[in-house]
Amino acid sequence: MTMPLIFERSEAGRKAYSLPECDVPRKDVAELLPDWAVRKSAAALPEVSEVDLVRHYTKLSQRNHGVDVGFYPLGSCTMKYNPKVNEDAAALPGFTSLHPYQPEELVQGALELMYELGRYLCEIGGMDEATLQPAAGAHGELTGLMIIKAYHESRGDGAKRTKVIVPDSAHGTNPASAAFCGYKVVEVKSDARGGVDLDSLRAAMSDEVAALMLTNPNTLGLFDENIVEIAKIVHDAGGLLYYDGANMNAIMGIARPGDMGFDVLHFNLHKTFSTPHGGGGPGSGPVAVKKALAPFLPVPVVEKKDGKFVLDYDRPHSIGKVKAFYGNFNVMVKAYAYIRALGAKGLREASENAVLNANYLMRKLAPYYHLPYDRYCKHEFVLSAAYQLAAGVHTADIAKMLLDYGFHAPTVYFPLIVKEAIMVEPTETESKDTLDAFVSAMIEIAQLAEKDPEALHSAPHKMVVGRLDDVTAARRPVLRWRPREQANAK
Amino acid sequence: MNYVPHTDRDRSEMLAQIGVSSVDELFSDIPREVRLERDLRLPKPVSEYELARHMAALAGKNTTADDLVSFLGAGAYDHFVPSVVRHIVSRSEFYTAYTPYQAEISQGMLQAIFEYQTLMCELTAMDVSNASLYDGATAVAEAAAMACRQTRRQQVVVSAAVHPEYRATLKTYARNLGIEVAEAGIRDGATDFEELEQLTSGATACVILQNPNFLGSVEAMGAAAEIAHRSGALFVACVDPISLGILAPPGEYGADIAVGEGQGLGSPMSFGGPYLGFLTCRQELIRNMPGRVAGETHDSQGRRGYILTLQAREQHIRRERATSNICSNEALSALAAAVYLSWLGKDGIREVADLCLQKAHYAFDRITAIPGFRPASSAPFFKEFAVRMPVPLEQASAVLLRSNMLGGLALGRFYRDLGDAMLIAVTEKRTKDEIDSLCRALEGLA
Repeated sequence: MTMPLIFERSEAGRKAYSLPECDVPRKDVAELLPDWAVRKSAAALPEVSEVDLVRHYTKLSQRNHGVDVGFYPLGSCTMKYNPKVNEDAAALPGFTSLHPYQPEELVQGALELMYELGRYLCEIGGMDEATLQPAAGAHGELTGLMIIKAYHESRGDGAKRTKVIVPDSAHGTNPASAAFCGYKVVEVKSDARGGVDLDSLRAAMSDEVAALMLTNPNTLGLFDENIVEIAKIVHDAGGLLYYDGANMNAIMGIARPGDMGFDVLHFNLHKTFSTPHGGGGPGSGPVAVKKALAPFLPVPVVEKKDGKFVLDYDRPHSIGKVKAFYGNFNVMVKAYAYIRALGAKGLREASENAVLNANYLMRKLAPYYHLPYDRYCKHEFVLSAAYQLAAGVHTADIAKMLLDYGFHAPTVYFPLIVKEAIMVEPTETESKDTLDAFVSAMIEIAQLAEKDPEALHSAPHKMVVGRLDDVTAARRPVLRWRPREQANAK
Repeated sequence: MNYVPHTDRDRSEMLAQIGVSSVDELFSDIPREVRLERDLRLPKPVSEYELARHMAALAGKNTTADDLVSFLGAGAYDHFVPSVVRHIVSRSEFYTAYTPYQAEISQGMLQAIFEYQTLMCELTAMDVSNASLYDGATAVAEAAAMACRQTRRQQVVVSAAVHPEYRATLKTYARNLGIEVAEAGIRDGATDFEELEQLTSGATACVILQNPNFLGSVEAMGAAAEIAHRSGALFVACVDPISLGILAPPGEYGADIAVGEGQGLGSPMSFGGPYLGFLTCRQELIRNMPGRVAGETHDSQGRRGYILTLQAREQHIRRERATSNICSNEALSALAAAVYLSWLGKDGIREVADLCLQKAHYAFDRITAIPGFRPASSAPFFKEFAVRMPVPLEQASAVLLRSNMLGGLALGRFYRDLGDAMLIAVTEKRTKDEIDSLCRALEGLA
């Protein structure tokens, strides 16, 4: 049965809203606004009753998979459980009903939370100062690179350093952020063990390089053992090291990017620090830096002066603003609560168990799926559908079949350096029972690939829709609903 | 607390399966010299009850806009959020999901985004909407970058009456992208069109105006669009979505790209975020549009479904040639906007806009009737206006606060020649009594 759109439930004259009466003397709009300023044709918003509205969106929610529904091993996305107490804390009116321009003395609690969160993140990352302004990971990358650019410019080195090095295994946001910051992207190869190829890095390094962007553990889930040497190569040539914090869940309390030689890093609060991802956002991507880069952080920075928390705008070398106001504050509240609940011990245990779960899954699946890099992984690992390919079964088929088992699929076709990649990140909050159930499903799928590949090609079979046609969607984009008469006229 | 479900027995079975004797061995590839050989220095962990108490205490150190009567706007607005919005966005099937990469198991969010896109197209009278951007400020910056790609020009003209923080963000982005930003000044509370015309040339990628502008004034958007188009530039309209219940939408005055801050559509003020950046545009521009977009398609049985589409523009496919680096957006805020706009419906959006318009004009008439209080502009306005005051604004704000009122923004912070002006916002939530109290407090100052 086709699920109607909210517009298709509309009936002229129905309404869900109730608004206060106009208690001031009402004037004709024509008295208040010139004719040219006034809307000519009404926006055709749907007309529905409140109960229909609630049922519609409740039905939609039932057609959606989240961490609360089941396992979500989406690699590099750290889909861990989102503690409910954090949601309750973030919903307190003392946090939600604050206007960003309220006088500082009225928002001391909010500023204290931001100040402390910045300090916790610096301690976890081994950094000196932080900004909470970026709204997401990619926004953090862009902000971090802008800071790096401002640093080089302050040393008269900006015009020359026009390149950013990115490994071929990097998240797509890395090269995109570098380009959006006006840099030329240079790609370096990975070596046979999955790390940065040192010769390739040395060859790419020069005084034209502003920075190397790196994820460690990288997108293969592997810790780059050469990190100290990598840092030396980059620093010796006057470049800086940028840490993509998407994979921070592997190393909390165990190793710190700052101690590895990184100069700038962003955190994904919506990954490592358990704030829910909201079906695509909001996230939050704080950036922490070493002391030498602190003058360039976006304004304002929360400071503590004479026991009071203040917003410091007086930072003449700042890159400026990357977003209105101070960042995704409500997301920060949840991350702060998470860190306070876990403390040093809990964060370390989270990382240890995330790595334990990943290695357990990897071992159990290795007999059935090609494991291109067979060494201890960290929080995630990458398989490939190379064995199944012989029977004409692709990664996409495996991913779609998994949905029928009630699991979200892993990240697929990424990283790009592994053909038919299947990137699995179980996170620490999944039980052995869940992991075993996932293993069973993956084994059944591997067996099915040999016996009945057609069943996989047509998967999924149990979802509300079958496999959707993405080619037609891109070729003839339908990006909005139109009433039938209009749609036919088109 | 660590939310890890393992028992000791689970753990030892798992370690045996891996073939190691301890978890430490799994970290043996991390060189000694970069290992942290101490505990992180963080406050000690607390139980759920202690955490809840601590969070309540922190929240309690704030005085909220609900504790006061707020006339503060300036880009974050105290609009009413109906209960249905909070209840729907609290459905954890939505909020604990990631970006809907696997469409068949994410139809709920994808359909909601498709509905959001349709609602935003209707509201702005434009052809296409993306799935959201971070906020109004970054939406302006993304629109400028989009216009530069589309026109292959590297200069943008922005009105000084656009939100100062949006302009600051635009300038940060532009500087790094090698885009030149020219700023047209303000005359009588609105954009100086003579200056706008002088600055706009064949090198201009786009002209950006906000409506109502930061000072609350309604701009002659149609005339600005003509100035842009005469030079082959695009016209970017940054608009308040609530105002579109009454004010002309971007599609009616020839805008090529419409952007804005959607916080007023069902998101609380939350000390500045998360908010909702929206972007809609003309059909011809879609291949240069930044961000995710949901599209309609079908399965092999012809059943309708939704999917993230036009991904060839995006970072995970196109990498350094992507139209933007954006990945995560503000999907849950977009869902809130979809629920809010569906709650309002065709009549409700007009009614809420009319309430803002009526109450703001009542407040304006009363305040400017007080001796010494003068309008800062003769331009028409919607829900916000600037008033010059005969007393120092710090004093005015302090007096209002003593009467449990949150005064408007002191404009001197952003505009030197408006040092005596306060920007007062009046939403549908303010009552006549509250506005009268504001006037009485101000009368006491005159």
